[in-house]
Amino acid sequence: MSDFKVLSEAVIKGDISTAVAETQKEIDAGSDVQSIIDDGLISAMDVVGERFSKGIIFVPQMLRSAKTMQECVKLLKPLLQETEVTTKGKVLLGTVKGDLHDIGKNLVSMMMEGAGFTITDLGVDVSPEKFVQKAQEIEPDIVAMSALLSTTMPSMPQTIEALKKAGIRDKVQVMIGGAPVTENYAREINADAYASDAGSAVLKAKKLLGIS
Amino acid sequence: MIIVGEKINTSRKGIEEAVRNRDATFVAKIARDQAEAGADYIDVNAGTFLDQEIDCLCWLVETVQNEVDLPLSLDSPNPKALSEAIKRHKGEPMINSISLETDRFQALIPVITSRPCSVVALCMAETAMPTTVEERVEVGSELINKLTDQGIPLDKIYVDPLVQPISVDTGMGIAVLGAINRIMTDFLGVNTICGLSNISYGLPARQVINRNFLALGISYGLSAAIIDPTDRQLMTTLHTVEMLLGRDEYCENFIDAYQNGRIAGG
Repeated sequence: MSDFKVLSEAVIKGDISTAVAETQKEIDAGSDVQSIIDDGLISAMDVVGERFSKGIIFVPQMLRSAKTMQECVKLLKPLLQETEVTTKGKVLLGTVKGDLHDIGKNLVSMMMEGAGFTITDLGVDVSPEKFVQKAQEIEPDIVAMSALLSTTMPSMPQTIEALKKAGIRDKVQVMIGGAPVTENYAREINADAYASDAGSAVLKAKKLLGIS
Repeated sequence: MIIVGEKINTSRKGIEEAVRNRDATFVAKIARDQAEAGADYIDVNAGTFLDQEIDCLCWLVETVQNEVDLPLSLDSPNPKALSEAIKRHKGEPMINSISLETDRFQALIPVITSRPCSVVALCMAETAMPTTVEERVEVGSELINKLTDQGIPLDKIYVDPLVQPISVDTGMGIAVLGAINRIMTDFLGVNTICGLSNISYGLPARQVINRNFLALGISYGLSAAIIDPTDRQLMTTLHTVEMLLGRDEYCENFIDAYQNGRIAGG
């Protein structure tokens, strides 16, 4: 049984060619696909997220690791279709109505994916109706909203209200973030969590869903 | 180089509390410090107050102009806040900012044509943030044409090419610099302006990055910057680069800054 040490280290370093070669080696050796993902890739991304939150590594390094993981997942995905795909949880994500900023949201999306969540990204300028419609369709565990402007923040409580009206507010956890957003604001609008960066978004999401 | 002092922004440490307590002495001192450091405009932003933004912004306008004899940069994405703040402003303010987003554009036209003012035109289109030089030039050109159609003189328009983090895409620096160059060449007499801090988001040693980006911006034709004029190292870079590019006759500004103790190092 492999401990995927070389693979993990390659993901943490963002060394795509080594990581891809190691993944192929594990596949050829008949390692369990889910274990490669959980113990080779996701656990490595946990380290990356933690180091990022602590300020030990920086955005380009985090992106590089996330990209490395994505390349490895590309090899593993076709093999997964036959088996049961496990997910840490489904996350519906978007930047709120009237707001076109996507950098922070994309970082969150990438890190959550890296942590094993399944992401549905609605993009930017997402209206409360669109959030609700998609939430009804895919039944996510978490609805995550981003806003970078003080003028678009009110779309967050409006979306929460729309989820309530649709009768699904208590079926999802609501997370919010973005430069002008604060912990206080999250409390004020009855969101379930606030995250200040992509690394902590992962930790908060896990906490909300009771995953260690 | 036109300098817009960025420090009176409620998202900065200490400012939000000062505005909440209507601490005029505190705010006046920050305005005074920036004016003495060479600011041409003092930016005021009360965005973190959300539904109380209008009151707070108006209070800031009156408080700052009571202290310094300078025009302000009225900084809000909210047309309502801008239309109230402009009424309380003495002289010609800078309206920061307008964009191609339809609602914002339509709502601001009556405000910026109501009296003489400068306007920051943000290269933000209706549906997406720009990434390439071409996208920025396209949006910037359309904004310039629409604003001049409304009777705003070219030299009152400050195009902001929208700086995005180099940490997520290493092409973001050159995209902004290329856009500055193209816009300044295509529309002689127009201004370009930008903030610096976005460029260094997600990286360490941000001040070093910001400072060098300012130097590059100036060399590509940037004519105004939203910065902290009390940052001596940054201002040293600014004065030095302007002189080296031949924009400081007899090196007057550089020498003046040196003799007034505003040049760091050396």
